[in-house]
Parts: sequence; C-alpha cells; structure tokens
Amino acid sequence: MAEPKPDLDTLPLKAQASALDFYYGDFQALKKIDMPIYEKRVTALIGPSGCGKSTFLRCFNRMHDLYPGNRYVGEISLHPDNVNLLDKSVDPIEVRMRLSMVFQKPNPFPKTIFENVAYGLRVRGVNRRAILEEKVEEALRAAALWNEVKDRLQDMAFNLSGGQQQRLCIARALATEPEILLFDEPTSALDPIATASIEELITELKQRVTILIVTHNMQQAARVSDFTAYMYIGELVEFGWTDDIFIKPKNPQTEAYITGRFG
Amino acid sequence: MPHSEHFSKQYDSDLEDVRSRVLQMGGVVEAQILAAIECFSSGDTERMTEVTDTELRVNAYEVDIDDLCVHIVARRQPAARDLRLIMGVSKAVTDLERMGDEAEKITRMARLIHERKGPQIPLQAEVRRSGDLAVAQLRRALDAMARLDPDEAERIISEDALIDTEFRGILRQLITFMMEDPRTISTALEIIWVAKAIERIGDHAKNIAEQVIYIVRGTDVRHTGKERRRSATDEGA
Repeated sequence: MAEPKPDLDTLPLKAQASALDFYYGDFQALKKIDMPIYEKRVTALIGPSGCGKSTFLRCFNRMHDLYPGNRYVGEISLHPDNVNLLDKSVDPIEVRMRLSMVFQKPNPFPKTIFENVAYGLRVRGVNRRAILEEKVEEALRAAALWNEVKDRLQDMAFNLSGGQQQRLCIARALATEPEILLFDEPTSALDPIATASIEELITELKQRVTILIVTHNMQQAARVSDFTAYMYIGELVEFGWTDDIFIKPKNPQTEAYITGRFG
Repeated sequence: MPHSEHFSKQYDSDLEDVRSRVLQMGGVVEAQILAAIECFSSGDTERMTEVTDTELRVNAYEVDIDDLCVHIVARRQPAARDLRLIMGVSKAVTDLERMGDEAEKITRMARLIHERKGPQIPLQAEVRRSGDLAVAQLRRALDAMARLDPDEAERIISEDALIDTEFRGILRQLITFMMEDPRTISTALEIIWVAKAIERIGDHAKNIAEQVIYIVRGTDVRHTGKERRRSATDEGA
C-alpha cells in the first residue's frame, strides 16, 4: 500500500518562488510562478519544450545573470535564512555555492578525476591536502563513484564513461556541500543503465540535499520525484505530489500532457 | 473533453480495443447469466451445455484482455486516466469472469434440482426476479463503463441493496419450506446456492460500477460506506 502522504503544511520548505517573472529582453519566459521547493525532497519540472522549466531552474543559481538584458521580477527565497536569491545585493557566486547545477551533458573539466571534485573546494580556499582528500572521497562516495575510481584518481576525467562522467559532475557539485542540487536533464545523454544509476543516486542523495530536476522524460519524473510541477508557456499549470499528478491530476491540461494527448 | 486523442493513433486504437473487448465480454457474460437463469426455470439441459461452453469463451476473453492491458502498460506506460482505465478494466474483467463462474454454478445446481425426484419448491418466480435484477445491474454497469458515466455508476452501487434484500427474502422462504417438509432440504440448499450466485453477480456488477467511478474521477470507492463514498466523490469531482 502506498504510504500516506504528509500534510504539506508540515513539510519544511527549502525555497519558495513567489510571483516570479523572468524576461529574456522583451520576451517574458516565466509568468507569476509561485512554487514551494520542499526540503530534502525531489521536485521534477516537466512540460513541453519552451515551457520555461529550464529557465526556471536556471533562476535558482542566477545563471541568467551571465547575459545582458535578462531580468527577474519577484523572488525566490532560500530557507532557512529567507534570503531572496534574485536580489541584486546578493552575490551570484555566493548563491552558486549554496546551489549546484548538473547539466544535460557531462562536462568534466580537463583535469584529473581528483582535481575535478576538488575544484570547488580550491576555489573556496581549501588547499590542505588531507582535507581535500577527505572531501573528495566523501563526494565520490556520495555520487556512487568511489569504488570505480579510487585507484585512478589521477587519471584524466575524460577517460571515464559517459555515466561515470555524469556521476563525477554530481560528485563535483556535492563536494561544496550545496543545499540544493539542480539537475538539467541529467540523463538525456546517457544510456538506460547509466540513466538508472543516476536515478538511483538521485533517490539516495535526497537524504542529504534538496533536489530540483528538469526532465523531458515523464517516466523519469514519475520514478524519481516526490513532487512534480507541470509548466506550459511560462506558467506553472499544476504542482503536486508526483503520485497525484500521474494518477489523478487536477488540471485537464496536465492530464492531456502526461497522457500524451498534447504537447 | 479537450484533447481527447493521443498523438499516437495506435495508442488510441489500443485503448479503444481494450474497452470494446470488455464490452463484448460483458455482453457474452450477460447472455450466459440469462441462459443460466432460464435453465434454472426450465431445466433445459441443452442450454445448460451452452452455458458451460460459453464459460470457455469468457475465460478466453479474460486472458486476452489482460494480455492487451499488459502490453499497453509495457509499451505505453499509461498515466492518469489512461492508467486508471487499464487498472479499472483489468479489475472489471476479473469480475466478469467470476460472474461467468457464478452462471455456471447456477446451471450446475439447476441440473441437480431438475434431476431430483421428490417435492419441488415453487420459488422460480422469486429467483427469476432476483436474477433479472442482477442482470439489469450488470447491463447498467456495462453501459456506465461504455459511456464512462460515474453518476449512473453511483446509482448502481446504491441499488445493489435491492438484490441483497431479494436474497434474504428467498432465504426466509426456503427456511420455511425446510421446516415444513425436511424432504425439501436438498433442493432448498441448491436453491440457496443459486440465489447466492445471483447475489454475487449483483456484487460483481457493483464492483464494475466502482471501477467506472475510479476510471473517471480517480477516487477509490471500494469498501466505503455510503457517506464515505459521497465525500470521496465530492473530493474527486
């Protein structure tokens, strides 16, 4: 029997998007998004191409700041300190230390396996070898990669398989102990076995970190997430427990999308 | 309903195929039950064989439809109302198959009753009335399934009590016969089996109606009292 779902009011919040608009120049890509992100839960963002799910994800680590003309309105508050991530006074570098992103294609640095994971720590000024070694091992273990690479930490990261490279990127993201992990279609470039290992990892990682994942694969959302948000042309159409969204969605648009009647 | 068709026409046609086969199976089962009740009234042995033969067709339908459902799950990973349709249909098919078993049981008992020499029990009309009620429930349940009509399904569920009342009435009368003339006990026990089989057919029709509500509204109303059923329905509406 399915476990009873706790009352949403009793779940701790990790972040909250409130009346969030986002503009690429004149084009409004997100419209009044209000959405909670619950702590140590996996939240999946689904919707057809161009619905704004990746745009929304990228707001969280202020990636849009890299291009001129992009503009945020509204806020994303990060808990427990309730800081608005989008506030101009907040340094995007600081934000990115608290939220790490894993991309669609594995993008290891042209460095050794060890240095890839140690990179974020070095940027933070951690240089003592013993601490680096400890943290790198911990991150690699958390990313379920340690046993496969422990004897070849000085090999170049590019020598790993696609699935291993993606887990290395996850280890690199975990090394700085972020509060939220952002995944942008993390398995779309991987084969089914590597995909299954990343999905398994996501399920394990939610013990320690809050996860937000964009995926085109609806079954992946159904498999890994606790909550699902369906977006369409920049709007949040429906947000709810994944079980509810996939068995009994409230909104006919959501139902049409997840049953393959509408894209 | 907006967006009623899938992008995949094959998916639409697979789901439609499942639905139409369930309705066909329902039609076969309905005819089988009518024939079984007719056997009980008339003792027509040819029709008894017909009911038994039909059972094989009903079983084949069950296997065939379940196989279709498994294929759709494996190939399409249905969600939301498609998922509920597959789950609901799969359960309804089991109910239909069990109704077929009950029809066969009725003919078995009918054969024993008609072959036995000795005092008869004149309860044909009562049993027939109860049987007609059960068949009507089944017909309405299939209709509700065809039209995906949860309101009609609710009415069917609430009217199941009528068949239960009929069953208790038959039971009371049979007890009277048995007390008055113990030579009727064997026949009375067989009629109880028949009446019970009819009552079970009514229960299965109710189960199918519950699946219609699940398919359309996503609320599981099984094993809920009237009050809870109503609040679940309100919540699902």
